[in-house]
Amino acid sequence: MLTSATTTPHQPTSHLLEVRDLHVTFPQPGGAVTAVRGVNYHVDKGEFLGIVGESGSGKSVSSLAVMGLLPSSAKISGDILFEGKSLMGRSDKELSKLRGEGISIIFQDPLSALTPVYTIGTQIAEALQLHDSKLSKLAANSRAVELLKIVGIPNPERRAQAFPHEFSGGMRQRAMIAIAIANNPRLIIADEPTTALDVTIQAQILEVLQKAKDLTGAAVVLITHDLGVVAGNADRLAVMYAGRIVETGTVDQVFRAPSMPYTIGLLRSMPNLATAGHTRLVPLEGRPPQLSNLAPGCPFAPRCPAVIDACRTTEPPLTMINNEPLNASACLRVGQIASGELSRSTLYPVPEPVAAAQRAEVPPEHVMAVSELKRHFPLSKGSIFKHTIGTVRAVDGVSFQIRAGQTLGLVGESGCGKSTTIMEVLELAKPQAGQVVINGRDVASLSAKERRALRKDIQVVFQDPMASLDPRLPVQDIVGEPLTVHGVPAKERLKKVADVLELVGLDPSMASRYPHEFSGGQRQRIGIARALVTDPKIVVLDEPVSALDVSIQAGVINLLQDLQEKLGLSYLFVAHDLAVVRQIADDVAVMYLGRIVESGPTENIFDNPQHPYTRALLSAVPVPDPAIERSRTRIILDGDLPSPTEDITGCNFRTRCPLFRLMDEAAQQKCRTSDPQNRSVNGSDVACHHAEHIDLMTPA
Amino acid sequence: MIGFIAKRFINYAILSAIATLSAYVLASLILNPASRYLGRNPRPSDETINAILDGLGVNPNTPVIERLWAWIVNLVTHGSLGDTIHNTSVISEMTVRAGTSLRLLILGTIIAALIGVFLGVWGAVRQYKLSDQVISYGSFTVLAMPSFVIGILLMILATSLNNVLGIQLINFTGEYTAGLEGGWWVHFWDRAAHLLLPTISLALMGAAGYSRYQRSAMLDVLSADYIRTARSKGRTRGSALVRHGVRVALIPMSTYFAYSFATVLAGAAVTELVFSWHGMGEMLVQAIQQSDINAFTGAILFNAILILIAGTLADVVYAALDPRVRV
Amino acid sequence: MSMLEEVSIPDVTAANPDIIRSKKPVSRFKLVLSRLRSTPRFWVGIVGLGAIILWSIFGLIPNAWNYTDLDVYNMGSSPSALHWFGTSDIGEDIYAQTIVGLRKSLIIGLLVGPLAAIIAGIIGAVAGYLGGWWDRVLVWIIDLLLVLPSLFLFILIGSAFKGLSWVALIFLLAGFGWMIMARVIRAQTKSLRERDFIKAARFMGVDTWTIIRRHVLPNVSSLLIIDATLGIGGAILSETTLSFFGFGIQAPDVSLGTLLSAGQTAAATRPWLFIFPAAILVFTVLSASLVGDALRDAVDPTSGVNRD
Repeated sequence: MLTSATTTPHQPTSHLLEVRDLHVTFPQPGGAVTAVRGVNYHVDKGEFLGIVGESGSGKSVSSLAVMGLLPSSAKISGDILFEGKSLMGRSDKELSKLRGEGISIIFQDPLSALTPVYTIGTQIAEALQLHDSKLSKLAANSRAVELLKIVGIPNPERRAQAFPHEFSGGMRQRAMIAIAIANNPRLIIADEPTTALDVTIQAQILEVLQKAKDLTGAAVVLITHDLGVVAGNADRLAVMYAGRIVETGTVDQVFRAPSMPYTIGLLRSMPNLATAGHTRLVPLEGRPPQLSNLAPGCPFAPRCPAVIDACRTTEPPLTMINNEPLNASACLRVGQIASGELSRSTLYPVPEPVAAAQRAEVPPEHVMAVSELKRHFPLSKGSIFKHTIGTVRAVDGVSFQIRAGQTLGLVGESGCGKSTTIMEVLELAKPQAGQVVINGRDVASLSAKERRALRKDIQVVFQDPMASLDPRLPVQDIVGEPLTVHGVPAKERLKKVADVLELVGLDPSMASRYPHEFSGGQRQRIGIARALVTDPKIVVLDEPVSALDVSIQAGVINLLQDLQEKLGLSYLFVAHDLAVVRQIADDVAVMYLGRIVESGPTENIFDNPQHPYTRALLSAVPVPDPAIERSRTRIILDGDLPSPTEDITGCNFRTRCPLFRLMDEAAQQKCRTSDPQNRSVNGSDVACHHAEHIDLMTPA
Repeated sequence: MIGFIAKRFINYAILSAIATLSAYVLASLILNPASRYLGRNPRPSDETINAILDGLGVNPNTPVIERLWAWIVNLVTHGSLGDTIHNTSVISEMTVRAGTSLRLLILGTIIAALIGVFLGVWGAVRQYKLSDQVISYGSFTVLAMPSFVIGILLMILATSLNNVLGIQLINFTGEYTAGLEGGWWVHFWDRAAHLLLPTISLALMGAAGYSRYQRSAMLDVLSADYIRTARSKGRTRGSALVRHGVRVALIPMSTYFAYSFATVLAGAAVTELVFSWHGMGEMLVQAIQQSDINAFTGAILFNAILILIAGTLADVVYAALDPRVRV
Repeated sequence: MSMLEEVSIPDVTAANPDIIRSKKPVSRFKLVLSRLRSTPRFWVGIVGLGAIILWSIFGLIPNAWNYTDLDVYNMGSSPSALHWFGTSDIGEDIYAQTIVGLRKSLIIGLLVGPLAAIIAGIIGAVAGYLGGWWDRVLVWIIDLLLVLPSLFLFILIGSAFKGLSWVALIFLLAGFGWMIMARVIRAQTKSLRERDFIKAARFMGVDTWTIIRRHVLPNVSSLLIIDATLGIGGAILSETTLSFFGFGIQAPDVSLGTLLSAGQTAAATRPWLFIFPAAILVFTVLSASLVGDALRDAVDPTSGVNRD
């Protein structure tokens, strides 16, 4: 047991928070689901603990249990001690005195976590007044403004009067942090605080969280699925799987010498921004078990490459490694792994790339060329008489080409216009302005019939595999649907469906099943099969792995790479996850506010970015390696993405540009007045007047 | 916000106007005012009938569109809605009856809304407990009754109560006791006593509908993340539900109120008829029975104006409750 | 929200032990069924509705009187062994009359509910999917019909229908009973339209009507089934009210509404004339709406989950 090394149970504890043998069970109509099965951990004063796990691992449930915020139907056993006193069996009223004052929590989705009908200031002041009945309303309000200032909200006096819907996602999360630190708590639990946010905003929020921790001296428990996020922030780490902690230790211990096969697999399956693209990813096959019907033995055994017979009968306890009191792992073969007898690097076999003989020949030509594509939406206002008050420049002059058999990665944060760009391309209709050429044909000149015929050549895979498959149709109808458009007879259709299912690694005999019978990764394979059924030349991939758990992602990315080589496909790969893009793309285009600010070969962009935005974006991505994380300096962009309605003269990045601020007045004037055109600098196509001075941004 | 309300008001106003005009056209096409005179003995001459009908502007021999135009011109220039078949002006008929109907409607709606919201919140918070089950089954049962059944059942109950007590405690026929002697205080009590059963009847129906709707709105809110946030700040469950939950759960109620108001109007009309009140509901039904096109259109106009007011009021409440629509 | 996602259960299988044994995830249909089975309200409703339907079919067999029979020796008699629900002033057997009236009301309810749901489904899906002018015009018509108190229109049009049979009444009731549901279907379709599987179909080149037929309507079908069920009770109530005022079912046809209308004047003095048909009416409508409400809870995965 994790804590048995330092304390024996039922003895007063010196830890700030100690969780002992916590079990949480939810009664369900068909049998109880035990979401947390014997979790032990502790947090000391001022410590930063990271809890990592995939969805369904029980990481959030265990922290809600600490807050006493689980539904009343949940059955909780074990013990939770805060400052030496047990929280179990306390009434809601007693716990509510502690919540917010002793322990506070930051939730994942800041939009739904704030009450829509009260102002931000009111909601912060409320937290203050609840724990200090003597505090006057006026004092509480001015303290709320102060807190908003601390978490970095510009113009706090005015913004305190705003309602949650008037805040951006990042600002709402800052407000949530302000609420959490309002009463100087001793412990802050952050439950996936950055999951819904873009990387540059994530970097801002993590910085604010560190600042809040320093300011209040509170201990922090950070719950996340992203190993990169904990690598640079946490002191210690606990990895959860199927309702238990399976490995724990300091960040260095866990990242350097993971000793639970699950952790090893997770670390190897993640695309790493620093190393991606050089090696193939190592997939972690299978899916986490259903907690409602857990088989005896180690829950990871079905997916484990090091499984032995004993694993299937006994669930291994958390055992100490090398007599390090804080380092423990729940694996029967932990000794062998720790001693190196079982090599970590060869535990998971690296999948073979597609053999040269199987690779398709591709002619060196452009299959897609987009030039000066524009999509503006009028923004109208007025309730009775609508009038246009501005234009949303969602896509504002985008140009790119894709060569046959290659992948173009289109990256950018939400709101940059990358989704609008691909929707415009996929419409195959005459764009507002600019030109879309597919297979050498300008889509504006197509007749309806030709357009339908061209749809054969360009197919799409969507982000959310659940949403992109009609739940009411069996898989064979879903996959075969594109063929019905082209009048393929039913018999031929079924044959083709079986072929593509086989191609994406699914058993064709499952074709008569419905989407809900498949796991997330399998569903995405069905989506890919549907895209391939017409033998297209181009596949547009809209964030194809971002809805999948980390351990599943690697398998899908490998599949996409294999298919590209076997079939000679061209990909337009849209993603916000830069590590994934680095893994798969040949060329990269970075979008900001409807423009491509930098594009070029992947290696160039990632190793030697020339645009200040690219540089900031790359520096914001957390890397799952504590040594790298500690040594790098982060470029934190100020504020949020400006609204695309805003008319920014000159360069539209200058309002947030870190380079702009380092330039002299004459150079700044150029940024203000003239819109930078794309030009070639050091092998990349860059839209920046001062790309030559980019190295000013990195302090020597 | 004013723009939003104005837009909604104009929308409702146009809808009400079109509803009234189409009611006029429909009534003109369906009702045959001449039939009233054909059955008389002695049967008046065709010329006489035509003259009477022309005087009222309801002669079926004139094209509907012409009659509609004349009706609109009359309304705009004279502010008149024409005459009833009994040669009284529709407006004066309406002013006599409107007070009767409004008294019932306003009281019934307010009581229904208050009780319905309270029961809905209570049921949601105590979901699946005994009190919730009682409220749920109770409101389902009320919703399963046509309004006249509720009215008549209440009358049966009141009669047996009066019989048991041996005095006329509850009066329920008409809106006041005819020929009652006494000061205004006596009259006030008399009217209040007559108001009791119809109001209960209308309020019961309304409350049953509102409570179901409020319950499901409140259930949505119960699982909202911001309730959890409020609790994590240090509120108890009950206080978080009242301060953050009910406030948000009231928002969809304003929309429901606007849409349910037409049903409330129909229920009120039936209730009036059951309790022999001389209100707008009676005017409407009598107008159809007597093929009185002008009176029918007048009654529909009255309803349309009420819906216009109720709809706009609901939007004002909506905008006041929800900052997201205030622009 | 995030918490339940965290617990990887709501994944269908948890609901039913049978299904876990079969090791195959359940379809939505089976899930709804298993949720229904654990809802007491559903059982109360379905047993009540079943009993009422069976009673309306076979209830006349043990009775000695037909509904047209007049027992001149027992006029206005209270319930007795001879006349279970008593007799009317002219000696009609109320038990027999109630059953015959119930039959007519049930037929009207069972036809109008689904008919209105079909209209609602088609109009809602078309308005929601096509958007633009189609949407604006259809929503406007819906709003207009909602603003008009439909009871008054029934009465008006009903008076024109007086000569027609009760079949015309079915179309009249269905024609004014679809609006609220059409709005719900429209809203649902609008959100479906943004779902990726519809977008995917569009980008494949599938034409609009095929998308509505193949993807939209099946995905709102659960709502339509609920609506059809809830519509049964609503239609019976509307018919009763209309008949009560003499605008609905006309003699010699009998419905619960005409019975109640005939019995209302005697409600206080000879309550059996009113109470029995009223009780049967309330029981029928209540059962139908309990089934509909339980269906709604079973179909909507978030309903009925109180997570404190």
